[in-house]
Amino acid sequence: MGEFFRVLTDNGQLFVDGFTNTVKLFLIAAVGSLVLGTLLGAMRVSPVPALRAFGATYVNLVRNTPLTLVFAFLVFAVPKLDVNIDYFASAAIALTVYTSAFVCEVIRSGVNTVAAGQAEAARALGMTFAQVLTLIVLPQALRAMVPPMMSVFIAMLKNTTIAAGFSVLEAGAIPAYMAERGEPQFAVLLWITIGFLILILPLVALQRFLERKWRVAR
Amino acid sequence: MPDGRERKVAELSQASILYDLPGPRAKRRNAILGVVSTAGIIALLAFIGYKFADTGQFEARKWEQFQYASVQRELLGGLWATLKAAGIAAVLALLFGAVFASARLSDKWILRTPATFVVELFRAIPLLILIFFGYYVPLQYGWSIDKLWALVIGLMLYNGSVLAEIFRAGINAVPYGQTEGAYAIGMRKNQVLRLILLPQAVRSMLPAIVSQLVVLLKDTALGFIITYPELLFVGKQIGGRLPFGLPYVPTYLIVAAIYIAICGALSALAWWLQKRMGRTPRTAAKVLPAQDAGEDAARMI
Repeated sequence: MGEFFRVLTDNGQLFVDGFTNTVKLFLIAAVGSLVLGTLLGAMRVSPVPALRAFGATYVNLVRNTPLTLVFAFLVFAVPKLDVNIDYFASAAIALTVYTSAFVCEVIRSGVNTVAAGQAEAARALGMTFAQVLTLIVLPQALRAMVPPMMSVFIAMLKNTTIAAGFSVLEAGAIPAYMAERGEPQFAVLLWITIGFLILILPLVALQRFLERKWRVAR
Repeated sequence: MPDGRERKVAELSQASILYDLPGPRAKRRNAILGVVSTAGIIALLAFIGYKFADTGQFEARKWEQFQYASVQRELLGGLWATLKAAGIAAVLALLFGAVFASARLSDKWILRTPATFVVELFRAIPLLILIFFGYYVPLQYGWSIDKLWALVIGLMLYNGSVLAEIFRAGINAVPYGQTEGAYAIGMRKNQVLRLILLPQAVRSMLPAIVSQLVVLLKDTALGFIITYPELLFVGKQIGGRLPFGLPYVPTYLIVAAIYIAICGALSALAWWLQKRMGRTPRTAAKVLPAQDAGEDAARMI
């Protein structure tokens, strides 16, 4: 047991650096995929067939590609196109590209949960498109979107570990460093697990709370 | 598959949530937007194509090794390693899921509580960390463990836990009246589960199971990180060959095409199952959706 705590105290800086980068990566990719995903979601519910097709193609291609492949493409193939980005940025872009496909789907299905009669009634009252969207559709759709959106971001937080395979020092990369230092890996991995539980459990609790609070009778 | 008219109606009702059926002016505006956005998309693709051509990605040198039977064999070998890991992990995950789902559904708290703990825990740990448990720990103590099994164990624990949640949701989705009815005609608990609940639950959760298996197949790519020689790993080796001008781009495009073809076919199967189950239910339970948002199928209910 003493050894278990020693692993953390002896290598405190590594754990702090690792988890700081994990959180950084998570926040950057979360903002990025929220923006890109909302854009794609808007395309998928737009009245323009070309945009709908583009959004659908993007989502179907990305969802059927492993995230590790997206990482590998950005890290190994993209430099061959004379585009040079550092490893951290590559990781953030890979997570953004991948996660925005899921964000897009959450937005699309969220909008689709609003009964058509709601918008029809609003239009019958003479509301404009902007009014229908901001007063009727979005307030209902957003509630339906929040729980699945949080699932997507929880999954993304866990996915940041994949960056470890591509030269980014984050929580997932700690075991590789520890292997060099000869620390007991079981303890190391348990500490990483605890770290992720600390990050994830509040998100899960918040999600369940919002789900209960915002459950809409339809 | 819905016939043309049904699909038309579905499209209309989907479209009309946000906007009315377009009139002449809106039609014109949409047409203009359509032309502009098509041009934009074409410009984007053209730029990517230009960038590819500019850096010589279309040179014959970078593509010629894919004509060699040995390279094709290498790719097939990688694909086989991927499918092998996915196949073994799928079987084990289904078993794991079945055992833990039945423990969670048990009346006895002594079974229910630990099963709940295990399932919730493994769903919260990043899959790569689970794989690392199977990889680094034996490595340190000098036990020899095949990388395949490190990967398979991680995949089994994570996907098995998600599947346990899907199974539990599937059983719970069968209306309680079915159970009551079965008990009323004198069936025992075992019979109720086997003859009444399971046949209906399986039908309702089949789409969700298939799409979780797609997730599992995609996740075998994590084997790349522990240098298990699966498709992505083979792709890195083929792409790193200097005599062919480091053809990373062509190789990864081919590898991506293989993944997309296989996973796409399985996803299509999930959707088809969902449509079919929705049309001719044969189950009193609501069909659980093939997951389409997030990796966390259990949250879809």
